[in-house]
This record gives sequence, structure tokens and C-alpha cells, in this order.
Amino acid sequence: MAQDLLNRKQNMSGLSIEGVSKTFGTFRAVDDITLHVPHGTFVCMLGPSGCGKTTLLRMIAGLEEPSAGRIVIDGEDITPVPTHKRNLGMVFQSLALFPHLTVGENIAYPLRIRGVARAQQRQRVEELLALIHLPGFADRPVSKLSGGQRQRVAIARALALSPRLFLLDEPLSALDAKLREAMQVELRQLQERLGITTIVVTHDQREAMTMADLVVVMGEGRIRQAASPIEIYRRPADAFVAGFIGSTNLLPVEVDRAGRAVVLGQAIPDLALPAGMSRGLVSIRPEDVRLQPPGDGAIRGRVSFIRDLGGTIETFVEAGGSTIVAVTTPRERDDIAAGTEIGVILPAEACVVLEE
Amino acid sequence: MRREPPRTLADYAPLAFPAIMLVVFFVIPFSTMIAVSFFRRQQGGFYTPDFVLDNYARFLSAFFGGVLGFSLMLAVMVAVICVSIGFPFTYLLTKASRRAQIVWLVCILSVLSLSEVIIGFAWSTLFSRTAGITNLLVAVGLMAEPRALLPGFGAVLTGMVYQALPYTILVLYPSLVRLDPTLLEAARTLGASPLRGFFNIIVPAQRNTIVATLIMVFVFALGCYLLPQILGRPQHWTLSVLITDQAIYQSNMPFAAAMAVFLVLISLALVGLTLLIGGTGRQHHDA
Repeated sequence: MAQDLLNRKQNMSGLSIEGVSKTFGTFRAVDDITLHVPHGTFVCMLGPSGCGKTTLLRMIAGLEEPSAGRIVIDGEDITPVPTHKRNLGMVFQSLALFPHLTVGENIAYPLRIRGVARAQQRQRVEELLALIHLPGFADRPVSKLSGGQRQRVAIARALALSPRLFLLDEPLSALDAKLREAMQVELRQLQERLGITTIVVTHDQREAMTMADLVVVMGEGRIRQAASPIEIYRRPADAFVAGFIGSTNLLPVEVDRAGRAVVLGQAIPDLALPAGMSRGLVSIRPEDVRLQPPGDGAIRGRVSFIRDLGGTIETFVEAGGSTIVAVTTPRERDDIAAGTEIGVILPAEACVVLEE
Repeated sequence: MRREPPRTLADYAPLAFPAIMLVVFFVIPFSTMIAVSFFRRQQGGFYTPDFVLDNYARFLSAFFGGVLGFSLMLAVMVAVICVSIGFPFTYLLTKASRRAQIVWLVCILSVLSLSEVIIGFAWSTLFSRTAGITNLLVAVGLMAEPRALLPGFGAVLTGMVYQALPYTILVLYPSLVRLDPTLLEAARTLGASPLRGFFNIIVPAQRNTIVATLIMVFVFALGCYLLPQILGRPQHWTLSVLITDQAIYQSNMPFAAAMAVFLVLISLALVGLTLLIGGTGRQHHDA
């Protein structure tokens, strides 16, 4: 009985998106999305621009009204609740720092709105500034901050009230590559420390891989796959996901009369297509592709280009009208020059069969 | 675009044309007016070059002081009312669809094409007993019988606000249309109702724009001299009306000039004061 109650409670805690849609005119920006986010999870919503991820985030924040469906937090249906009563923190792509207020006043704004005493405001601001590694910045004007500092202030302001939901819309897109990577790590550590349910919208798959417990890949208003980063990377659900997360080789596969899976004229041992499927696509990550001297059991090809990036080497192989990319580290690779005949091995355990 | 400051005389060449225009059409006429304000008036409408302070001395009376005070008060009221109406209106306008925005802006621009005379007589009809808006109120049963709403202070104020509002909106529009819409959204996610967010985020973030618009409408209203005559009683006449009266009907150019100079000085002082008060706050508006 107690166990049952606990289970129910666990099911209720967190964020539930239930059959949510949003249409603008005839355009379905978000198309019947259902998703459960357990409490304390870090979710990255990933997808190309126009896939509906930002619209979904704005609906969770209450800035857009869903055309259908409901949004539930900890068992409470918040769909009809206006934004300012939802108790959430949001970081906007533009950051939306209030230009006429100082750093401290920006962070204290949600406290001021709720009539928190001045001394307490001051104390909370100091706490948050320490949390984002900007102690003593309270009296600076926001216009005098660097990009990374503004970013942190926006995060601190969103966290000032310890919200039950932390939403970020492309939060790091304005930063340069190096700072962005550092902030990704910092953001993830901050989230782990606070244990707050967090949803980040991004189009950067590296960002999603770095930070997320749960990656939600969206395309054309629908969820294409929702799983852990490594699952998404290793077992993409379809060609769209495989192509969007990291780089991949997508090669045609078909079943021959003997029942073997054949890729580019070469049977792949131990690779089986799902029952009833006679042709499809094989997705294999470049680092899983093995190269060897041409011979039995290998796909015959010709090296067309070699991109030596120092840390890794990408070898482009032309085989049967397709280009296969293999990535190796300099140590494991023999000297191969462009134009060489070569054999390509696709290990069956690294191949994912997808529908065409 | 070059970024370094101009160095040689040739770098300043593009400024020559506007500078000449400014000198010919502003500096020279204004200097002439200042000079005339010290001239001696002759009976019969002429004046002779001199340096007398009589014109200014005559101005320092309770009567003209009262008129000056009334003019400034009226202009301040017009400015405050115009911005109070125009700012929320323009803000909502920038949130409307592009189509709606264009229709509104065209309508507002068309009001600008009306001359002060037409506005004055249109309102005098609307405020009249025989054909005015009170007849409508009688028709819907809100009023027992139609009455005239003019001449009076309310009529003068309405006419001047009507005339200045399109300018107010057109001055506010460019700044509000560029305002980051996520500022209010951020305020809402932080717990502020939309109305509260508007008053403690949008309005303060636009303080410079608001101060500039207040000054513009104030100066604009100060120069208004027809509407007080058409819609008001003599006690509602502004200093501009008296200047016109002295210059054209009494043929007393030196006194009219002295009043004009005085009016300019007082308005400059007020504008300076506004900037001082508005500018002593934080200066870090632009990011």
C-alpha cells in the first residue's frame, strides 16, 4: 500500500506534457506531443530551426497557449495558469536582462515582485552571485558585463526563487565556441547541485550530449526520439535522428535470396533485418568503420580524400556510388594515400538498421 | 563607415550645407528678434534701433506672469496627457499585426495633414450645443439636454491633445518597435503580471524616449496660438496668443520680440531642468 502510494507520487512528480499541439493558422508547429520528464531531470530538446522546440518551451512557460492538450507539473494541471503564477525560471536567447537595473536589481526583481524584505533580497543576491562565480558584482550595471557574465546573471535571475522548473531557450548561442563549452559543463554542474528539473532548447547536438540526461530530438513538430544521449547516438530511431546527432554513414541495405543482409554488394555477417523488411538503410558511425587491405568479406572501395585533423583522421572511401567516412586516430591507422584500393568492414554490432 | 573622428577641414565639408541653412534660417532671424527686443517702439507701428529694457520691464507684471504660468502649465499638461495616452497606445500598436500597424499609422499621419485651423473649428462644432457630441449623449439618455462644452479650459486641452497626439505616437513608435519583446516575457516568467511588468520594466527601460517625447510635445504645445483663441476664453489665452496679438494687431514688434525671447529662455530652462532630473539617474541604457 505504502509502496503503491510512493509509486503514484513518483509518477506525479515532474513535468508531463500530454498530447500538446500548437497550430499557427494552418501550420502545425507542435503536433501532438506527449512526454514525461521525471523530477530533477536535465532535458535537451534538440532539432533544426522550425521544428517546434521553442514553441513547446514557450507553451511550458505559458507564453503561448496550446491549441490542444495539457501541461502538468507535479500532478497539477498548469495549462490555464498564467505565466507569472507558474513559478518557473526562464533564460531567453536574448537573455532579456533589464537594461535600467543593476546586476543585483536584476537578480532581485522576482523577490521584489513578491515583496521580500530588502535585507533578505540582498542576502539571496549574494548567495546567487557566489553560485555563478560573480561575487561582488551586485552594483554593476548590466551593460558593463561581458557576454559570459551576462549569461550567468540571466541564469541567477531565473533561479532566484528556486523555481520548480528551469527553462532555457538557446541560452548559449550568443557565446563563442570556447566559452560555450565551458558554460555547458558549468550549467550541468549547477543543475546537478540544485537538483532542479531543467529543459534546454538547443540546435547544437554537442550541447545536448554534454548536458542532458534525456535528449528529445524533434523534427516537424513531432518527437522523433526521446532517450539518453548515448542511446540516441548508438541506437538512433530513424535516419533523421541518425543524421542530426553526430555524423553518420547511411548506406542502403537489402536482403538477398540467401537471406543475408547485403550492403554495397557485400554480405554483412551477423547483421539481420527486422522480420518482413527486405530493404532499408544501415547507419554506422564513422569511428566504427574499419579499414583493411582489400580482400574477402570487405567492401571494395577507393580512398577519395583524407582529412587529417591532427587528433583524428577522416578517410573518405568511394564504394558502389556511396561515400563511406571512417574516423581513426593517427596511431591506429596505417599509411593510406588518396587513390588507394581499400577494403571496408562494417562490424554488425555497430550497424543500426533503419527504415528507408 | 568611418569610425575615426574628423581631422581636416575637408572632413567637415559635408556639414557645410546644413550649417549654412541653420545660420540663414535660424541664427540670423533669431538674432534679429533678440536685437529687436531691445529696440524702442515708435508710435504708429515702427521702431528705431536702440538699447532699452522697457520691453522686458513691461513684461514683468502680474498679468504677463500669470499668462506665462498658464501657458507653461497648459503645455506641461498637454505633454503629460499625450505621453500617458500615446505610450501605452503605441506599445500595443507595436504588438499588433503588421497590417493593423500600417492602417493605424496611415490614419495617424492623415491627422497630421489637418491644419490647426481645421482642428479648431472641427472641435468647436463637436463641442457646440446645436451640433455637438452632447446631442449624442442626450440621444442615448445619458444627458437631459444638449449643452455647449466651449469655450472652456477642457475644450482647449482636448483640442491641443488631439493635435499633439499624432506627433507623440510617431516619435515613440521607432523606439518602441525596436524594444526587445522578451523583456516583458522575462518579467512575466519572474512573477510579474503583464500590467506590472509594463510599469516596472517597459516604462523605465524607455525612460530616455519618454523624457525626449515629453520635451518635444511640451515645446510643440507652447507654440500653439490658434486653438486657445478658437476653443477658449481670453483667460485661456497663452503667451503665444499675446505675442501674435502684439506683433500683428498692436504692431508692437519690440514687445512681441521681448516676450518671444522670454518664452524661449523659460522653455529652454525647463527642458534643461527635465534633462537634469531625467539624466541624473543611471546612464547605462544602451547595451
